[in-house]
Amino acid sequence: MAALSKKDVYKRVLKQIKPYSALVITTIFLALITVAGNLWAPIIFGDIIDLIISPGNVDFSAMGVKFALLGGVIAATCVAQWLMNVINNRITYEVVRDIRAQAFAHLQVLPLKFIDSHSYGDIVSRNIADVDQFADGLLMGFTQLFTGVLTILGTLILMFTLNWIIALIVFFITPLSLFVARFIATRTYSLFIQTSRIRGEQTAFVEEMIDNLKVVQAFNREDENQTQFDEINENLTKASLKSIFYSSLTNPCTRFVNSVIYAAVALSGALTLIFPSALPIVFSPGKLTTLLSYSNQYTKPFNEISGVITELQNAVACAARIYELIDEPAQQPDAPDAQELENVKGDVAFEGVTFSYDPEKPLIRDLNIKALAGQRVAIVGPTGCGKTTLINLLMRFYDPQGGAITVDGKDARSVTRYSLRRNYGMVLQDTWLKSGTVRDNIIIGAPDATDEQVIAAAKATHAHNFIMQLEKGYDTVIGEDGGSLSQGQKQLLCITRIMLCLPPMLILDEATSSIDTRTEMRIQRAFAKLMQGRTSFIVAHRLSTIKEADIILVMKDGNIIEQGNHDQLIQKQGFYYQLYNSQFAK
Amino acid sequence: MRKLLKYLKHYKLESVLAPFFKLLEATFELIVPLIVASIVDDGVKGGRGASYVVYMCLLLVALGVVGLISSVTAQYFAAKSAVGFAKELRSDLFKKMQSLSYSQIDKIGTSRMITRMTSDVNQIQSGVNLVLRLFMRSPFIVFGAMIMAFVISISVGRVFAITIAILCVVVFGIMLITIPLYKKSQANLDKVTASTRQTLVGVRVLRAFCKEKEEVDDFNKKNGALCASQKFVGLISALMNPLTYAIINVGTIVLVYVGGLEVNSGALSQGDMIALYNYMALILVELIKLANLIITVTKSFACAGRVSEIFEMPSEISCDAENIENAPHAGEHFIEFKNVCARYSGGANALTDISFTVEKGQTVGIIGGTGSGKTTLVNLIPHFYEANEGAVCVEGDNVNELGDEKLRNMCGIVPQKAVLFRGTIRQNMQWGNPGATDDQILSAIDCACAADVVASKDGGLDAYVEQGGKNFSGGQRQRLTIARALVKRPEILILDDSASALDYATDARLRANLRKLDYAPTVFIVSQRTSSIRNADKIIVLDDGKIAGMGTHEQLLESCQLYREIHYSQYEKEGA
Repeated sequence: MAALSKKDVYKRVLKQIKPYSALVITTIFLALITVAGNLWAPIIFGDIIDLIISPGNVDFSAMGVKFALLGGVIAATCVAQWLMNVINNRITYEVVRDIRAQAFAHLQVLPLKFIDSHSYGDIVSRNIADVDQFADGLLMGFTQLFTGVLTILGTLILMFTLNWIIALIVFFITPLSLFVARFIATRTYSLFIQTSRIRGEQTAFVEEMIDNLKVVQAFNREDENQTQFDEINENLTKASLKSIFYSSLTNPCTRFVNSVIYAAVALSGALTLIFPSALPIVFSPGKLTTLLSYSNQYTKPFNEISGVITELQNAVACAARIYELIDEPAQQPDAPDAQELENVKGDVAFEGVTFSYDPEKPLIRDLNIKALAGQRVAIVGPTGCGKTTLINLLMRFYDPQGGAITVDGKDARSVTRYSLRRNYGMVLQDTWLKSGTVRDNIIIGAPDATDEQVIAAAKATHAHNFIMQLEKGYDTVIGEDGGSLSQGQKQLLCITRIMLCLPPMLILDEATSSIDTRTEMRIQRAFAKLMQGRTSFIVAHRLSTIKEADIILVMKDGNIIEQGNHDQLIQKQGFYYQLYNSQFAK
Repeated sequence: MRKLLKYLKHYKLESVLAPFFKLLEATFELIVPLIVASIVDDGVKGGRGASYVVYMCLLLVALGVVGLISSVTAQYFAAKSAVGFAKELRSDLFKKMQSLSYSQIDKIGTSRMITRMTSDVNQIQSGVNLVLRLFMRSPFIVFGAMIMAFVISISVGRVFAITIAILCVVVFGIMLITIPLYKKSQANLDKVTASTRQTLVGVRVLRAFCKEKEEVDDFNKKNGALCASQKFVGLISALMNPLTYAIINVGTIVLVYVGGLEVNSGALSQGDMIALYNYMALILVELIKLANLIITVTKSFACAGRVSEIFEMPSEISCDAENIENAPHAGEHFIEFKNVCARYSGGANALTDISFTVEKGQTVGIIGGTGSGKTTLVNLIPHFYEANEGAVCVEGDNVNELGDEKLRNMCGIVPQKAVLFRGTIRQNMQWGNPGATDDQILSAIDCACAADVVASKDGGLDAYVEQGGKNFSGGQRQRLTIARALVKRPEILILDDSASALDYATDARLRANLRKLDYAPTVFIVSQRTSSIRNADKIIVLDDGKIAGMGTHEQLLESCQLYREIHYSQYEKEGA
């Protein structure tokens, strides 16, 4: 994935926030009220304290008036602050929601080549952990940045009214602390990127091992895994120690700059008092005290802002990772003039198709297949001969590099992917079920099916019986990837899925490999009915199930070495003949 | 959270030093006003002159340097202990996850475990870091200020005490309310994670059914729910700052009023009054910082709770000791099942009253319909699941007592789902035996009929395997997983329908190779095909969890109706 520059990321984030401009303006306005209240309240308190002078000399009635004013200021500040927080939360979480939605929508259009070649854990980590970290940074930015900046402006104005020369000194030294913060931030950015990357690596490892825990346990592999995990963990620890420590230097460093400023104010203030004639300013010790407390208040937000900058480094590093994913080129979109594939007869042809996953290793060269509507095409061959690749091409999971695949004479690339795929019913050997109820899984291809239709389909595939034995029948919720269903049961559900939506063309990749032969025999009748009048592509190792195919394609190393029906191929006494006979080999 | 604190134990020193240096820094900060007072009082008013002022200002800078050094030290120790804490926590969490039983894993789900490991642990790490850096400092200043107030005036000190008490109630109250809400929003995050994973794992099926839009809609719903729950908890936690601000200011009003009465009666001076006011202001500044941190800490608590849930899961499959018969030692049989019943949590029996014996070196075929209990049966041997009744014995010892590690070292298992792991082919093969030489590996690969797979990949044994073995076909993966089990030279080899993706020729070659192995393992073959098991010494026919027949191929063809049906469904012509 292409790396993004920091500037690009900032631009992207700003663009992402743009729809919330009205809220951002409101939150700035509320920040203004909050800061004004925060600065005003101490002044009123000061006035009140001035009313408390000595025994018998306390003006309680004047105090009452001030108290009322103070109450109003405090109440307004509180409400403004609460609303500001609520709005900041809203902007942050909605922006994050938008980013996640974008990333997820993008996953739907990424080419399979990308998904097949990246670890799921890493992609998941980008959309979850990284976005989370980004949210933290963004929220902190909103809550502290505006109030910080406004507090600085407010105090600066008040300082200028007290002693403009000292105020100028402060004004010119303070950017030093911002400079320090920036200096540290740019140096920690790469550390955060590194941490993020190692975290992704760790997630991928955890995902892989936890997902296949049974194999891990079967091979007593826990200790080795632990060692390997600890190694990644150690790297992560080192990287995060560096990034956390170096970034946390910002605060102490800016605080040091501030204490230098504080000393400068004290020095220049005191000197003005000692040599009053040197400057044309009316100044008093009392004013110096106020000025010092303001200069303190003035520098504090710089600390906060520098903290925000640190957090933003991390956030930007994380945002970069998610934007990288979003920027990953999508699959070739459907041509603008792409037609809907309708009323499919089912003539499918491969015309001089060339394809390989890796340009350096050609797989399929100049492949020609012609399947007429309603024909049954069986694909046979040793493992790894390219059967699954044919399916990838038929479904347009991958596009050929040369030649064309046509359906009813139309180039598959000239019709929309949706309409092409809708016309195929696919059952893969690697069964996959989504988490949801059994019914949800069956109706995936025909969402409007009635219960009667669902049950009829399940009865046809003999899945009905086992479904009824589940805790809640069709409403039983099955977990991630089928949960506790057996491989064969999962396969039955996958077949039921197709049985319900009845598309005009079928792709059956070892569709019954995990189903016992007796059940298979029983559903064979349903299958036969299903394949009636439908062009079907069948990958199977059980030669008995493909004997009745109209065309048998015998594949080896990406090429078709024999083609014909069962009897023809047996007569030919070639590769197929050998395969067929090995079935009865003792 | 308390239970997780033990992970700090290797960082005791660091976690004490971090707040210590932080306090040191705070103390230096508290000295600053005294120096400023001295500049004004002694330097300006007392007439000690410009040189004194310069000297004092240099002292201020010096204090700044000392503060910088102690603060940097504190940050370092805090970061070190937080990061170290997270490291040990993650390591232990991974260990725990690896020890979970398969049914527990099914229940939790991979994605939830991943969030625990990543986003939750990160959150806790930030929490620990912040607590070490700032949670000591803030109470130090808050209570320090209160004590100073009591020293100046007991009646005004009471105002401080009451204000702080109310603050505690509000702060902890909001924490208590928001912790479960944070938990809920993390649970919503789990759903978003699961959704993201699902769309990746199921990408082919989802696209085949044109479900992209529905997936997006479903994700948006979950994502929206997450956002809503985050905003809701934000609504409450956003109260923290304004409420503490209001309480402190109202406290200050009371303070000024009570102080005013005291000054009026002559019990306090105006200077004392100013000091008291400054202390209250100090508390306010600290609390504003604290409130921001408390949100982070609250989130950490919620995450810690979620991580603890994993730790609290019972590690072993609990067994019903009364129903387990004592092992019939003396070991007349290599493997013996005695009246075994097994069921998954709460469900019906998956296996009922299974008894059979197997001698060393025998080959056992297990056949039966989908869901008849074949996989469950073989899973009892390496103790993946435990028999609910009866006993499974290996070499005369009940597997419950044999110790999983020893038992699983004896077994070579080829699971139904053929998975390989990221790394090279060699690394995958070494799962069976970390010390295996290339010769040993190659001979296992040969035996598993996988030599051509290795030959077809660049680099041979060093060829790269992607996650899950995605760059291999189903049949290639299956043969490699068989080879992986053979590298172990196991005494017991379990092939759980692991030839389903192999063509008949390869399957037959594989079985012939297995028979020729010099170490003559006891082999269990689970299969759908009678051709795969017809040469077995013993075939067990399962039907709905019960034994429907047992014997050799020929015997079963004679005696077992079910076996005949299965066989002729595959060889109709021969049978007819």
